[in-house]
Amino acid sequence: MRAPPLLALRGVSKRFGAIQALCDVELEIHGGEVIALVGDNGAGKSTLVKVIAGVSPADSGVIEWQGRIVQVRRPHDAQALGIATVYQDLALCDNLDVVGNLFLGREIHRVGVLDEVEMERRAVELLHTLSIRIPNIRLPVASLSGGQRQAVAISRSLLGVPKLLLLDEPTASLGIEQTSQVLDLIDHLRDRGLGVLLISHNMGDVKAVADRVAVLRLGRNNGFFDVNTTSQEQVISSITGATDNAGRTRMGRTGEAWL
Amino acid sequence: MRKETFRNTEPGRTAGGPEARAPAAAGRRLLVRRGDVGRAVDEFRRRLRDGELGSLPVVLGLALIWIIFEILNENFLSPRNLSNLSVDIVGTGLIAVGIVFVLLIGEIDLSVGSVSGLAAAMFAVLNVHQGMPEWLAVIVAVLCGTTVGAVHGFFFARVGVPSFVVTLAGLLGWNGLMLYVLGESGTISIDDQGLVAKLTSHYFSDAAVAYGLAVLGTAAFFLAAYRDSLRRRAGGMESRSLGRLGFRTGALAVIALAAAYVLNQFQGLPLALLIFLLVVVGLDYLLRRTRYGRQVFALGGGVEAARRAGINVVLVRISVFMVSGTMAAIGGLFLASRITSASQTSGSGILLMNAIAAAVIGGTSLFGGRGTTWSALLGMLVIQSIASAMALMGVQAAVQFMITGGVLLLAVVIDSLSRRSQEAHGRA
Repeated sequence: MRAPPLLALRGVSKRFGAIQALCDVELEIHGGEVIALVGDNGAGKSTLVKVIAGVSPADSGVIEWQGRIVQVRRPHDAQALGIATVYQDLALCDNLDVVGNLFLGREIHRVGVLDEVEMERRAVELLHTLSIRIPNIRLPVASLSGGQRQAVAISRSLLGVPKLLLLDEPTASLGIEQTSQVLDLIDHLRDRGLGVLLISHNMGDVKAVADRVAVLRLGRNNGFFDVNTTSQEQVISSITGATDNAGRTRMGRTGEAWL
Repeated sequence: MRKETFRNTEPGRTAGGPEARAPAAAGRRLLVRRGDVGRAVDEFRRRLRDGELGSLPVVLGLALIWIIFEILNENFLSPRNLSNLSVDIVGTGLIAVGIVFVLLIGEIDLSVGSVSGLAAAMFAVLNVHQGMPEWLAVIVAVLCGTTVGAVHGFFFARVGVPSFVVTLAGLLGWNGLMLYVLGESGTISIDDQGLVAKLTSHYFSDAAVAYGLAVLGTAAFFLAAYRDSLRRRAGGMESRSLGRLGFRTGALAVIALAAAYVLNQFQGLPLALLIFLLVVVGLDYLLRRTRYGRQVFALGGGVEAARRAGINVVLVRISVFMVSGTMAAIGGLFLASRITSASQTSGSGILLMNAIAAAVIGGTSLFGGRGTTWSALLGMLVIQSIASAMALMGVQAAVQFMITGGVLLLAVVIDSLSRRSQEAHGRA
């Protein structure tokens, strides 16, 4: 019998005016597990992340954290539970160095005076434990590669020692080499017992790093798959809404085109 | 335990087995192996490539124009001229320090000239006409500048009017208020033995003061840097070697003592210069070493990132305009002190342009996020040197404007090029 999931969503719904963005969505994430959240544009992936992160709370439904029912009404609530979010636009300050970005908004200080030495020591320690290679952490992040910037953004979210990490398209703008660096990092986080919810468009990434795939389609669950036993085609047809056979895939596509 | 492993990776004196070293530390080791000079060259190359030249172009430029002007006119580097120069830069320089804050968050304040004039007029009217004690009138005038800055900040940060427009309105409006305050009198002479007049007329004629402060300042710099370096070493981090620290301290000592020597050849250390230096050093510390300063830089680097990091963007923006208004008022008092009067022309003319040009020539970026208060000092030295040399050689103001304009253009070109280079290298 497994421990209760780190995070469980039960019947989460969210409506923006006339649009039903999420409808009775279910999701479970355990510690040490990477769940990929996939779906077409407008399927509700980002909305779901915002619900979990407390940015825009759900209208109805239950959120359970380690088996307890909790309220996530504000970003602060999510952070207090141990949920960290890395958004697609990394929200780094290009002119600040790596240390400055890691500690932005939670600087170590004594009566307002920054303790640079301590911050740098902890930054090195953190990057070291994550096996992140950045040649000089005193460089402005503007001079880092995309992958390194993503690594900094993820490390930054890990400073608060979260239990669950939400990653919104972390590899969207990266090259092959850099993508593999970020995927390595995600692997590493799983090994450390974190739960990771990974939003991705890239089936290759999903296949490479996720344990399970949760598919959203038009705001509803459209299947959960085990990555090891499911073919990429099955996942894709679930995303596009055609689950059974080629004939229905084509019908689904045609139907979609007419929407 | 983790700490222990980490110590083992310390460059140079590794005791632990090779397997204890993380790849990151190994990468850094390679860098460390190189000698001091090699590292300095590497660092310089990187900064050149990434367009992070900071104050280097202006320091070189300043050295160059001083040499040229000295060749053209042997009085240029005379103690008397340099001493006057060091006082002449203070008024506009203090205003430029405030401009640096505004530029750092990527905004502009066009009202500083008018605000400086307003502060001078307020002081003169309160003190001379209303008989208010000088110290109180000074405080009121400075707070007047702070308030004006807060008003600009409010309209910019809270209402959302572009800072360019808000402060352009300020430029007109506060100039109008100054004329209104001055009323019929037009020009008000201030007490030439008073507190404000002393700001620019007082010199520490005792040679020991200038030398003492030069030594003290250098020692303070060395101790602060040395303590930092010790702490870093204790934490197992790379630190500047004693050699480099010694070199920097030595360079500072040479500059400080040379300045003290030259100033002592004339009338000693000017009070105005001392105040200016204290303001530059103090606000530099505020910007680089405090949480507040970090927030200012963060805003210049990415407003959205700053907001998500929990920084109160509105508050920081308003505060920056308050600093700018305050410094404009203080600068205005120094300018009034220099001519011992406040008049309808106070704060007008090229003052505003000079203040902004000084900050930019000194190496503060117009695009936000990069800069230091020292650029106000360096930029003003360039501008005032040109003005002073032209005056010595009897060249008309027209030529002086053209040369200053050219230098400003050059500075902005360097700024823009380095920004482009940063963008090119920033996103791979």
